[in-house]
Amino acid sequence: MSVPILEMKNITKEFPGVKALDNVSFKVERQKIHCLVGENGAGKSTLMKVLSGVHPYGSYDGEIYFEDKLQDFKSTRDSEQAGIAVIYQELALVPEMTVYENVFLGHEICKGINVDINETIKQTVEILKKVRLDVNPSTPVKQLGIGKQQLVEIAKALSRDAKLLVLDEPTSALNESDSDNLLDLLRELKEQGVTSILISHKLQEVIAIADKVTVLRDGASIVTLDAHNGEVNENVLIKHMVGRAIENIYPERKKKKSDQVVFEVRNWNAYDPARERQILKDVNLELRKGEVLGITGLMGAGRTELALSLFGNPDNYRIDGEMLIGGEPVKFNHPEKAIKAGLAYVTEDRKGDGLILIQDVKSNITIANLKRILKYGVIDANAEIKDAREYTDSLGIKTPSIEQKVLYLSGGNQQKVSLAKWLYVSPDIMILDEPTRGIDVGAKFEIFTIMNKLVEQGMSIIMISSELPEILGMTDRIYVVSDGKITGELSTEDADQEIVMRYATM
Amino acid sequence: MSFFKEFLTLLKKNIRDYGMYIALFVIMAFFTIATDGIFISSRNISNLMNQMGYIAVLAIGMTLVIVIRHIDLSVGYLAGFLGALAAIALTSWNLPVLLVIPLVLIFGVAAGLIAAVTIAKFGIPSFVATLAGWLIYRGALLRATLKTGTIVIPNDTFNAIGNGYIPDLPLEGFLPGTHKLTLLLGIIGAVLLVISEIRSRKKKMAYDFEVLSKNMFIVKTIFTIILLGAVTYVLAGYNGLSWTAVIVLSVTLIYHFLTTQTFLGRHIYAVGGNPEAAELSGISVSKITYVVFGSMGMLSALSGMLFASRLQSATTTAGQGFELDAIAAAYVGGVSSAGGVGKVTGSLIGAIVMMSLTNGMNLMGIDISTQYIVRGAVLVAAVVFDVATRKQRA
Ligand SMILES: Nc1ncnc2c1ncn2[C@@H]1O[C@H](COP(=O)(O)OP(=O)(O)OP(=O)(O)O)[C@@H](O)[C@H]1O
Ligand SMILES: [Mg+2]
Repeated sequence: MSVPILEMKNITKEFPGVKALDNVSFKVERQKIHCLVGENGAGKSTLMKVLSGVHPYGSYDGEIYFEDKLQDFKSTRDSEQAGIAVIYQELALVPEMTVYENVFLGHEICKGINVDINETIKQTVEILKKVRLDVNPSTPVKQLGIGKQQLVEIAKALSRDAKLLVLDEPTSALNESDSDNLLDLLRELKEQGVTSILISHKLQEVIAIADKVTVLRDGASIVTLDAHNGEVNENVLIKHMVGRAIENIYPERKKKKSDQVVFEVRNWNAYDPARERQILKDVNLELRKGEVLGITGLMGAGRTELALSLFGNPDNYRIDGEMLIGGEPVKFNHPEKAIKAGLAYVTEDRKGDGLILIQDVKSNITIANLKRILKYGVIDANAEIKDAREYTDSLGIKTPSIEQKVLYLSGGNQQKVSLAKWLYVSPDIMILDEPTRGIDVGAKFEIFTIMNKLVEQGMSIIMISSELPEILGMTDRIYVVSDGKITGELSTEDADQEIVMRYATM
Repeated sequence: MSFFKEFLTLLKKNIRDYGMYIALFVIMAFFTIATDGIFISSRNISNLMNQMGYIAVLAIGMTLVIVIRHIDLSVGYLAGFLGALAAIALTSWNLPVLLVIPLVLIFGVAAGLIAAVTIAKFGIPSFVATLAGWLIYRGALLRATLKTGTIVIPNDTFNAIGNGYIPDLPLEGFLPGTHKLTLLLGIIGAVLLVISEIRSRKKKMAYDFEVLSKNMFIVKTIFTIILLGAVTYVLAGYNGLSWTAVIVLSVTLIYHFLTTQTFLGRHIYAVGGNPEAAELSGISVSKITYVVFGSMGMLSALSGMLFASRLQSATTTAGQGFELDAIAAAYVGGVSSAGGVGKVTGSLIGAIVMMSLTNGMNLMGIDISTQYIVRGAVLVAAVVFDVATRKQRA
């Protein structure tokens, strides 16, 4: 057996009220792809932050050996210098800067005190070849899609001669082909000697790519499995992660299909003056009472824009077309009006425009419907605590208290807070934009169960998702969007991945 | 949980707030010793309150402006200009005081709303929009005082705002040398406070919510009473509560209530915490911008009148640098420019800290140049402490 490149021994990390890591030991062998899986809040990101020095030496207990040396990283700079590159889910690129500037940001190639642009570009081209990214190095990063930006991040890591690459949920925001591309790249880098640690909630991709898999649960490492002797499959992973087996991740719904149309959009066009682009073309759709309607398509097809244009149009698109709720024409000039009319929109980007991270769980849950706890304009603090407790309990939100800042919750629990916030407005129509992004199987199952309960109670749900399996598993009907147009309407019974993809690329 | 342990957790959780009170206490103790007790004398404290009033009300408004991620540089000269306007209304137009005050406040609101239009509607950065306001109101102030220079205000009622004290109870011979109404108000305040604390605790317990342990609760309440008592006692030893103090306390209480207990406060902090999320939660960011700048304008008007009344005149340089003092007070009081963080009570304490420094150093006869340097150092120290304690909690 080869010497491990990384060994973390007995790591314990506590936050006020939370023991995020409890005596975790973690060993990574050289030139392997080592996956790290576990439920939301299991401590995966925290373990990697301990490794990279985000949580500096001294703020945790335990020892880190990297390349056979005991390390005491006091900042990310130290770990970078040692050859560890961490790519977080929130990309750390400067959008206004060009690709080559980003790649060499922080360790510019200089001639004297001037940056040697020609040399930088030359080296960038070489590195971009390695990551198989075919763009002009002088393109501003903001003009690239998220998949390509991800590759720029990796290029950045390679430019620093990273020996160990850590990727925290790199594929959660990528579509299938970008994901595949990224995974292929990791394999290739492995051949060239780079070791990777990959955190992911997509178990299929874990199974496809891993040499080893470590499962964390409640801050403890449960098991490390070798992927090459057949002991890794989805059920085994789920069982280790959740502690129990989940038979069917898409729970059965007693289908009460209704034909009553509750929401309808006709000849809907939207133009975005900021991007000077027509983003929606002649969209027609209808939503029936008690159904889960899927909207899918490739990234950038205009699904989120569609949702925003319906939900009070906060980005000020120029819109024409008709919207009807319960047969009555409606017009919203602000999300406030949409909420009043019974709509709710759980955003795709929960950190960016979903939650107020610096505020606590309870204020986030009540913010969209303060009316419920107001008496003469004054907030009834006790009623608020009571309601917030009720919602955190019923959604199973894991938090030390409802006074915890949302910032400190794990991704899945943040997503549940978003959901709680919108359930708190008791909407009739709920738009869920990528509701399972970055959340674990257990939580997915719970969210699906909640969705089923809601539609059985008569709510109608529009579920926007790029994950075809969950679109096929959860919806009654599907609209496929491509380039701002609806290219297909399918009954889920007749749909499969191939058909959907055909419409999506039309 | 043992008493001591609970005390430590409480301290840790509220280190930022308590730190500020401790700092204020240390500063006051230092000046008291350094001036042989003159600093803490009833007369001086009373004076200090009057001196800080016009900055304190600005700092309170500024807190909200900074909370929603903006800044208002125009408040100083706006205050100066509106003070001059009040003076003109009283002297040249011969309007009665009770009409002038609301009128000037309304002008203030209007000025704030104009700034808000340029910011919320046209998307001009508040720094630039209010810098323009700074220039414009400076010009307006000069123009208003052009003919006469300083405008003397010969109106006793108006001048009482900045110099007068609340009347005393007509009880001859009872507790001579103290201001009885002030004492009475202090006692009433303490009683109300205790009652409301006990009631809220009871209610919380009925809901089975977490509360402080009984001992801790008693200690905390007694401590608050002592503090309130001390302030009352000191003030009652001189002329009692000044009108300025009454105004500042009322503004603080109202704003504290609005920001912590009402939907409006929630909306303001939501917009400051994450404007996109607030917008999507049905909160109109531009409406909140109007409200916050409107309130800032109104408080500028109040500040201007407090200052004019204190000087019993409107001068050509009135309001100069107030905006910077107000911003400094707000930062000392713990607001964060990242938005969404900051309390009005903190800013009041911030204003008291900054004014104590000026007042104390004046008493010690310290040169003005040194004073600026010390105040700058305290400002930096406060913000460093703020950032550090925030990090530690993360
Ligand atoms: N800075 C922090 N302060 C307080 N608690 C924290 C902090 N960071 C993480 N935690 C807590 O530590 C636990 C582990 O969180 P971590 O982010 O490591 O989970 P994760 O496994 O990465 O989950 P996810 O899959 O949702 O990203 C959670 O309970 C989380 O709330
Ligand atoms: Mg994570």
